[in-house]
Amino acid sequence: MVFTWCGSRYESPSFLVRFPLPMLRQVFLAIVLTFLPAVSLAQVEIDITRGRSDPMPIAIPDYLSAEEPELAGDIAKVIRNDLSTSGLLDPIDQQAFIEKLTNINVTPRFADWRVIGARVLLAGEVLDLGDGRVQINTRLWDVVGNQQVASVAYKTPKENWRRAAHKVSDFVYTQLTGESGYFDSRIVYVAETGPKERRDKRLVIMDQDGANPQVLTEGLSYDVLTPRFSPDEQEITYLAFFEDRPAKVYVFNIETGSQREVGEFPGMTFAPRFTPGGDELLISFALNGNSDVAYLNPVSGRLRRLTNNPAIDVSPSMSPDGSRIAFASDRGGSQQIYVMDADGARQQRITFGEGTYGTPVWSPRGDLIAFTRQHRGRFYIGVVAPDGSGERLLTEAYLVEGPTWSPNGRVLAFHREEYPGAPVRLWAIDLTGQNLRRLPTRTEASDPAWSPRLN
Amino acid sequence: MKFNRLGTTGLVASMALLAACATTDEDVVEVIETEPEIVEPVMSELDRAKMELEQNVGNRVFFGYDAYNLTADAQTVLRRQASFLTMPENMDIRVRVAGNCDERGTREYNLALGERRAEAAKAYLVSLGVAPTRISTVSYGKERPLDPASNPQAWAKNRNATTTIVETDMDMM
Repeated sequence: MVFTWCGSRYESPSFLVRFPLPMLRQVFLAIVLTFLPAVSLAQVEIDITRGRSDPMPIAIPDYLSAEEPELAGDIAKVIRNDLSTSGLLDPIDQQAFIEKLTNINVTPRFADWRVIGARVLLAGEVLDLGDGRVQINTRLWDVVGNQQVASVAYKTPKENWRRAAHKVSDFVYTQLTGESGYFDSRIVYVAETGPKERRDKRLVIMDQDGANPQVLTEGLSYDVLTPRFSPDEQEITYLAFFEDRPAKVYVFNIETGSQREVGEFPGMTFAPRFTPGGDELLISFALNGNSDVAYLNPVSGRLRRLTNNPAIDVSPSMSPDGSRIAFASDRGGSQQIYVMDADGARQQRITFGEGTYGTPVWSPRGDLIAFTRQHRGRFYIGVVAPDGSGERLLTEAYLVEGPTWSPNGRVLAFHREEYPGAPVRLWAIDLTGQNLRRLPTRTEASDPAWSPRLN
Repeated sequence: MKFNRLGTTGLVASMALLAACATTDEDVVEVIETEPEIVEPVMSELDRAKMELEQNVGNRVFFGYDAYNLTADAQTVLRRQASFLTMPENMDIRVRVAGNCDERGTREYNLALGERRAEAAKAYLVSLGVAPTRISTVSYGKERPLDPASNPQAWAKNRNATTTIVETDMDMM
């Protein structure tokens, strides 16, 4: 299997590396090792649809490497952090280990791992290929069932080791849950600096675990709000916010660093989001005091109206199959969520709760719509089925806003101001409502957008 | 007269300097008898108009929560703005009306609400005879709070439409 992607160069941990960055096209090889048969994983399964359950204890020794011991340790550290923050797995302290692995191709002494409470063991090694690349071999063992669950190997340029580590995390996640992971992905967000009355808002991209933060927009005359990825992860559409003229929808190319206004429209264009096909933007546009929802073609700039209502219609988001669009409207008095066909027909209200509902975002799995709800001075992030059934609130605070889905649809990231005047930060929560955690950013941060799974 | 006095001071100063050179280790504190003339700040017509709008006419109108209808107070201020803008000496002035919201709403909804507020203020000014081409609008949503606090007083201040005189080449006089 050959993976090709456009990855950024991973270098010094220092923040605020200036754009443009060299966006190297690199080739990444994955080989599923077949010298041991993959076996049924019925004995070690994690049901991620359930609510609170204890995370599965996993032993992850530092990877073995004669040539690259430091790198081997760092890879294990990234994997441990990924799996630990997922809330599904609980890496055991290495001090407790009894067996010291010396060769990952030798069957481990299962009893030694069972006795320290491990359920699974992840054993890996790093080989220096001598051409600037490393090969990372990994075996996942079921230490209760006394057998290998599966194995995987990656070849990658050495400086790209973090992505390889995230791919190993995704491999483990998939083996244990039966679903694709989300660790090899990135998050773009708005870095906020300066006083609240006059915030500077810049676009920053980072790995899903907070590593490699890089400022994408520096020295622009406008602020950046509500960034969203294109389906191929190469472009970001956002709102350019000006002091002296109405805000406009822009498209930013990650590879070239270029940004441009889309279309020529006399009023404000805002709330942009790519369609799942990536060939159109869904936006809101405001003219003469009325906001409606429309398609905006990023190439021709042509605007095609979808709603025509004197109420405020904003925040369109398309279902992954491209058949329907969710949006927010106050046409019924208070702002609520509506769903319509892709051509604007059959506009139906789906939420009826107290307070207001905004920023609907369709799950990449298609079965749920995440939203921001506001009620009695508190904000909530919740989910609801597209037919309006099964509304569930996942988290609340003085301000929580702007949910974005992990590529596998199991986690939501958003920004949060815990109490009035608290610093604004990025947080994530599992769809189960468990595992609320902060995403590391150097500055205050808002408007996260999770990338699709990297290729 | 003034010149003479300055000249005299200069002479005294030179003499003092000579004296200072002659005497060792002695600091000379010189008294300058003339006071610089007080100069009135130079104000352009534009600055004068801006001051008038902000301090006497009123440049800001306020709204209720999640509302964009103009209250009686707001209409009073906008009527004053309209008469100011239709004075013969102000006919070259162009303004920008910015709509603002408090923090109790989502970012995207508040951008739309701010636009409604700005357009409501503009429509009223137009109905009172101000040419629509002289008024541009912009929405700041909840991004530019006047008061960063999170309490009812701050929220009330932050729900506004603010009229600002726009500097154009035409206005540079």
